[in-house]
Amino acid sequence: MQPSPSRDLAVGLFVLAGLCAVAWLSVQVGGLALGPSDRSVFHASFDQVGGLKPRAPVVVAGVRVGSVVAISLGEDLRAHVTLDVDGTLKLPDDTSAAIRTSGLLGDQFIALEPGGSETALAPGSTIAFTQNALSIESLIAKFATGLGSGGEK
Amino acid sequence: MARLLQRLGLRCLGIVEQLGRIALFALSLSRAVLSPPARPGRVVQEVFDVGVLSLVIVCISGAAVGMVLGLQGYNTLIRFGAEESLGAVVGLSLIRELGPVLTGLLVTGRAGSAMAAEIATMVATEQLDGLRMMSVDPVHLVAMPKAVAMVVAMPLLSALFIVCAIFGGYVAGVEILGVDSGTYFSSLESSVDFRDDVAGSLLKALVFGVVVGLIATYRGYTSEPTSAGVSASTTATVVVSSVTILVFDYFITALWGV
Repeated sequence: MQPSPSRDLAVGLFVLAGLCAVAWLSVQVGGLALGPSDRSVFHASFDQVGGLKPRAPVVVAGVRVGSVVAISLGEDLRAHVTLDVDGTLKLPDDTSAAIRTSGLLGDQFIALEPGGSETALAPGSTIAFTQNALSIESLIAKFATGLGSGGEK
Repeated sequence: MARLLQRLGLRCLGIVEQLGRIALFALSLSRAVLSPPARPGRVVQEVFDVGVLSLVIVCISGAAVGMVLGLQGYNTLIRFGAEESLGAVVGLSLIRELGPVLTGLLVTGRAGSAMAAEIATMVATEQLDGLRMMSVDPVHLVAMPKAVAMVVAMPLLSALFIVCAIFGGYVAGVEILGVDSGTYFSSLESSVDFRDDVAGSLLKALVFGVVVGLIATYRGYTSEPTSAGVSASTTATVVVSSVTILVFDYFITALWGV
């Protein structure tokens, strides 16, 4: 097999283009973190997480700052949610976490609401104030029974 | 009745024998990969044949599939007012299923058939016997570089297919139908995960590369030394590889949840 520079160049370009495609899919689309990234982990316990799933967004004031890593049932029979949040963010230690829904039937996400405290929340600590997922069924049930009793009067 | 049972038994034994032969051929191929010389020049030539020459059809098919997905996804999602999830629909279906599977089928038709036909012609014209006379292992010189090139090229082609298709979906969804461009990419990026989706997609493409490379070289190598044998081995390569890709796709998805 005699060497052919133009063929070798074409193969080199092909391999390079393929590797670029793999890298783009992994890093940009797939969100693969390269190297040590500046992330911090927080925990929060909820009585009811509803339809919250791992990889759901974590937002502060509507801006995405991280994602839900894991949801598990703790020994106290509450749902323990682990959050992975941008490490450069300085959240006060009276930050509260609420599970919200985007739109009426959209995906659920965690909204962090910073309080007014001066001290920062240490990475790895637990967010004390949480607000459960709102269940549309229970809301409808409440509304329906409220209407019923109103009608009888 | 006894005749029927006999025939059934013969068929089953034939299938088992075929599987055994493929396994033995795979063994001698992997031994050829590990034993020197590595034959980089031959491998580069085969990557050129499989990868570079398949590039055009893979990219065009990718863009077309992406545009169709964008169009169909948009028409379905708009009914539920969820057209902002278009990026997720296009990206997930491409990365998890369509990218590796369609690339596997395209490469089977484009390069796998040519590979089998080339080796089968060498069998028919007794070139492989000539190599054996010179005590050159034909598996090492002819089959190994082709199979290696298939394994190398398939994941790269699959990734290029997916990238082309994502931009095809962008053209159909954003440029033509008017979904917001930022929404398209943010829904794509937030729904696709590296470990769950992209790594699985590459694993699938790698497995399909091994499957097609093995079947194409095996069918060519064991073809009848006639012109009918060449055409039979080419047909068998395309049929068997395509069916195997689709069946393996199910099992990879079921076993590893990709």
